[in-house]
Amino acid sequence: MEYFVKRTGMAVATFVAVITLSFGLVRLMPGGPMDYIRQMNEGAGQSPDEVARQVELYAAMNPDEPLWQQYLSYLGNVLRGDLGRSTWYHEPVAEILGNAMPWTIFVSIISMILIYLIGISIGAFMAYVEGTRFDVSWSGASILLTSIPFYVVGLVLVSVLGYNLDLFPTGGHYGSGIDEGFNLAFIASVIHHGALPILSLVLAGFGAVALQMRGNAIQVLGEDYLRVARLRALSQRRIALRYVARNAILPMYTSMMISIGSLFGSSIILEQIFQYPGVGYFMFRAISARDYPLMMGTFLFITAGVIVGVYLADLTYGYIDPRAESGDSEAF
Amino acid sequence: MKRSESNTATDGGSIAREPAQSPFETVSEIEITRSERYRALVNEYVITPAHILWDDWRARVGFLITLSFLLIGTVGVLLVEETYAGHGDTLVAPFQTMAHPLGTDGLGRDILSQLVHATPAMLEMMAAGAIFSTVMAVFWGVTAGYKGGSVDQTMMAVTDVLMTIPGLPLVVVLAAVIDPSSAWMIGVVLVVNAWAGFARALRSEVMKLRQESYVEASRTMGISLPAIVTKDILPNVMPLVVVNFVTTARNVIMMSVGLYFLGLLPNTGFNWGVMMNAAYGQGGVYLSSLFHWFYAPMVVIVTLSLGLLLLGQGLDRIFNPRIRARHMNTDDEPTSEPQH
Repeated sequence: MEYFVKRTGMAVATFVAVITLSFGLVRLMPGGPMDYIRQMNEGAGQSPDEVARQVELYAAMNPDEPLWQQYLSYLGNVLRGDLGRSTWYHEPVAEILGNAMPWTIFVSIISMILIYLIGISIGAFMAYVEGTRFDVSWSGASILLTSIPFYVVGLVLVSVLGYNLDLFPTGGHYGSGIDEGFNLAFIASVIHHGALPILSLVLAGFGAVALQMRGNAIQVLGEDYLRVARLRALSQRRIALRYVARNAILPMYTSMMISIGSLFGSSIILEQIFQYPGVGYFMFRAISARDYPLMMGTFLFITAGVIVGVYLADLTYGYIDPRAESGDSEAF
Repeated sequence: MKRSESNTATDGGSIAREPAQSPFETVSEIEITRSERYRALVNEYVITPAHILWDDWRARVGFLITLSFLLIGTVGVLLVEETYAGHGDTLVAPFQTMAHPLGTDGLGRDILSQLVHATPAMLEMMAAGAIFSTVMAVFWGVTAGYKGGSVDQTMMAVTDVLMTIPGLPLVVVLAAVIDPSSAWMIGVVLVVNAWAGFARALRSEVMKLRQESYVEASRTMGISLPAIVTKDILPNVMPLVVVNFVTTARNVIMMSVGLYFLGLLPNTGFNWGVMMNAAYGQGGVYLSSLFHWFYAPMVVIVTLSLGLLLLGQGLDRIFNPRIRARHMNTDDEPTSEPQH
């Protein structure tokens, strides 16, 4: 219970810190976002009052109030979901991102599941057959794949499979003319469109997991308790799943949580390559168009997503590893 | 000083015969000359690591790749002429003429020359990012781990917050608002929160070391904090630090090229990511006549990334004591003992 409270406090504190950072960047940078929005509106020949009102509408803060008041109202606005208005699309930022978010979550979560599923399976198998041809060749392949940045994989895939062989679409969420809803054509089209982005994240990502799993599993295989388990004549299957797999995967849980964040973040580059209108795609658009409200909104959105993901993962960790239940944060 | 069996005390210590000899003036029985000590240092820090690196083909490849990039960035720049628009015909195919071995781009600029002249800025960026993140992480992790208590809790709360913020969006937002101009600045911005994870790992390592008896002994003797940290703690976490240095350098490269490719970082001179961006803008993804321009920087990045990855793994092996012992020159055992 104490752990739960502490963890919740941490998540809220993190989000407030990020909002503060965002406020600082928007409000305090000389010649930064705030000045830019003000200039844009002043140029339109409006009265000072009107300019202030417009700035408040777009940036979700009123430049004429004292700083602390601005900060508090900005904090309140963001927590209520008011992220201002996009200066490019002229729509509320929260609305644009609310529509884009599910797609990014879809790609990131499916990629993460596949990365860990494939990585853990191959890594565990490499550890079991350590030193054989399978182990050596897959270790080499894992190292090679890990060293390729995901955007290079993405570019090669979109270039070869998308443009030149015409096997996969090169943009969008789903084919045009398909009704959105729970029908086979729609689901098939969504998978068809999401396949390449997911594939590039998985190809570039699973190698590192496999190598880590291999190392962990080899270490576990040498432990004394495994000798004992074998002497007790437990079935191979039970040893492999309950003893080796469980103890080898546990140390990877933390890196898995952090990978949620990096997968979310990588959407900025990935969605641009595949013209996949998710959160990262809009962030790129926002920066190109100097659309600061949308840019900061995206940043807050992605961060909020990551904070929630890490928070949920942290809370469930207790179920997976009973040792964490004691809430011993001083554990090494 | 001369000694014999007769002046050895029961506990093995020696009794000074001459009354002027105080125990504090007692010196080691085996005298090591300065040259011997230097030889031992060279053996420990240069020859043994080199042996281990050379023994493992993966580490050897990693080292050679990294070294060649360093050479290209320093010497190669002097050898290869800097290219300019209209240097050759536009879009010369690769491996056709000696004048442009890798062909030319849409403006007639030599691709090999662009690749070479982009290297120094990349190396600066890598160095800036890796140095900044290492210094921050070491300071943060060692202080938190050694001090403990409320200092530790506060510092770890900061790293927890930083670790949760996704790196790429943060970097993009900072780059858009701050508009960093030099390669050094960009390198620092790229690792603005990346050091937090390593600081946390270091902190738990330091917490373990803090309990060691030799650290406790130093504390009891009243040795100053900076001395304890530099003499007792840092040498033991050095392996982690060096491996992390290489890993961070690799991440900086992968991130910066990706962001340059999107045009999200300010354009300064030749750059692999900018090359990709230019080729992409003219249709490099589907026009096969542009493939040499579009794919050349990608091959370079993958090569460098692979080199740094292998080097990192090799360095990890160097610091592994079990592997190290096998490669130590055992002829002069007393002098080759670790100095720390």
